Amino acid sequence: MSVLIFVELDNGSVKKTSLEAVAYGAEVAKLTGTTATVLALGAAETSALEQTGNFGATKVLHVSDEKLSHENSLAYADVLAQAVQQENSKVIIISKSGLGDAVAARASAKLKAGIVSGVTELPVIDNGFSVKRSIYTGKAFSTVEVKSDIKILVVKKNAIEALEGTGIAKIESFTPTLRDSDFLASVGQIEKASSELSLTEADIIVSGGRGMKGPDNWQPLLDFAHALGAATGCSKPVSDLDWRPHHEHIGQTGIKVAPNLYIACGISGAIQHLAGVNGSKYIVVINKDPEAPFFKAADYGIVGDIFDVLPKLTKAVQDLK
Amino acid sequence: MKILVCITNVPDTTAKITFTDNDTKLNKAGVQFIIGPYDDYALARAVELKEQLGGSVTVLHVGEAEADPQIRKALAIGADDAIRINADPVDSYFTAAQIAHIASENKYDLILMGRESIDFNSGVVHGLVGEMLGIPSYSPVMKLEISGTTATLAREIDGGKETLTAELPLVLGCQEPISEWKIPNMRGIMTARTKPLVVVEPVSVEEMTIPEQYSLPAPKGACRMIPASEAETLIKLLRTEAKVI
Repeated sequence: MSVLIFVELDNGSVKKTSLEAVAYGAEVAKLTGTTATVLALGAAETSALEQTGNFGATKVLHVSDEKLSHENSLAYADVLAQAVQQENSKVIIISKSGLGDAVAARASAKLKAGIVSGVTELPVIDNGFSVKRSIYTGKAFSTVEVKSDIKILVVKKNAIEALEGTGIAKIESFTPTLRDSDFLASVGQIEKASSELSLTEADIIVSGGRGMKGPDNWQPLLDFAHALGAATGCSKPVSDLDWRPHHEHIGQTGIKVAPNLYIACGISGAIQHLAGVNGSKYIVVINKDPEAPFFKAADYGIVGDIFDVLPKLTKAVQDLK
Repeated sequence: MKILVCITNVPDTTAKITFTDNDTKLNKAGVQFIIGPYDDYALARAVELKEQLGGSVTVLHVGEAEADPQIRKALAIGADDAIRINADPVDSYFTAAQIAHIASENKYDLILMGRESIDFNSGVVHGLVGEMLGIPSYSPVMKLEISGTTATLAREIDGGKETLTAELPLVLGCQEPISEWKIPNMRGIMTARTKPLVVVEPVSVEEMTIPEQYSLPAPKGACRMIPASEAETLIKLLRTEAKVI
């Protein structure tokens, strides 16, 4: 009956957003009077799997088969469905991402389970099972009652405060039946971004817009991001103009991010850009135009020339250390 | 090449979202509806593939008659015919079951749609349809080429992209830059008027989720302005007040 949490691995470690999902799953387990079990697929470090115990998991089902080390939503959903049957789980928790949604979708159809994607709070279970989710790209919320016996919640970043405690999760090896039909696609070239920090995982993001004035002017922004240990992003016009790569595009039709701190440099704040960042805890806007609409959505603002302000901020961060 | 493109009918990206009827319905007054921007990319690529390889493009929408102008627009952009499932879909599972039902009766080589709808942002309909039909699904797809019965596609993965080769049939969730949005021309608009738009009633689907109530985020407090000459103060505040660095 345990709550089952599907986690994503990155180089053998559990992704931070997935650890948040573990913490969320452990809270749901408390509410429903059961325990939290993690499902991890592919090569993983034992210590990384045990670490999920710090976030409240008591057990990890680990499928170490190398075939699962490469992202494969078809096979992952199939394994997840088998794990749900073995554990007799009624609630499945997955962190929101392209992969998370794909696995949730295919598992839902296999298990006839209702999905709620974009969950922002813990469920309320005293009278049925309802949960709040983000809709209209963060412009609104919807409370949804889940009627199906098995329920899949795809949880947004920062849905709960994931506090790390101490605990060891017991690792059990799990050997599902893998179907050949899930491995028919052949994978060619893989291009990973040069930045080691992914935007969806980053706690701090420094992002640039048209105010950066050209592709060759990004060094001050990159220096600032480096000093903060931040990932870098950009607005849609910037990626459309090829000043920055497409995978850095944040906004309604790009990546949606929810860092603790989002710093927008030279971005006016079109509603489509705001839709991609409105999950951020704090927003800082630096823009030379005091009328930029982004200031209305910001917590802190500086009106000034970014090429003058950024080096000062970089130095101030370096002076902190 | 027989292609099915599923489109959503959603408020424009700049629309201000409010609710009526005790926060149980979207307030549609003054809201401009559009084809979902991701779906629009899928449609554009489908029309290009048809021009390149021959075949047909069918547009499918699960929703009520208010979407007909958007369906006509899709026909004007280059789809050959359209199907509307006459229902107010309650969730992704319902929508996917309708699409899967139509797809199981017509053998499509490709089923394309946007990576997600911009109203509910679930991004699960392509995966659900794929599983319901027992065929692979991939998303978000940024590049798609077809050669014979083989698709070569590039899709976004966390922090990058990968190239995949897979056999048709496939269900794909699309996003830019798979193609560029197409604007209907006058000839397209004229011919769209007479292209077939078939309205069919939905199949019954098990109840999975029920939306209870909508709400809006709490309004944001005032922005604290820091003079550019004292930019360093920002860093101090981020450390001591916001505690985020």
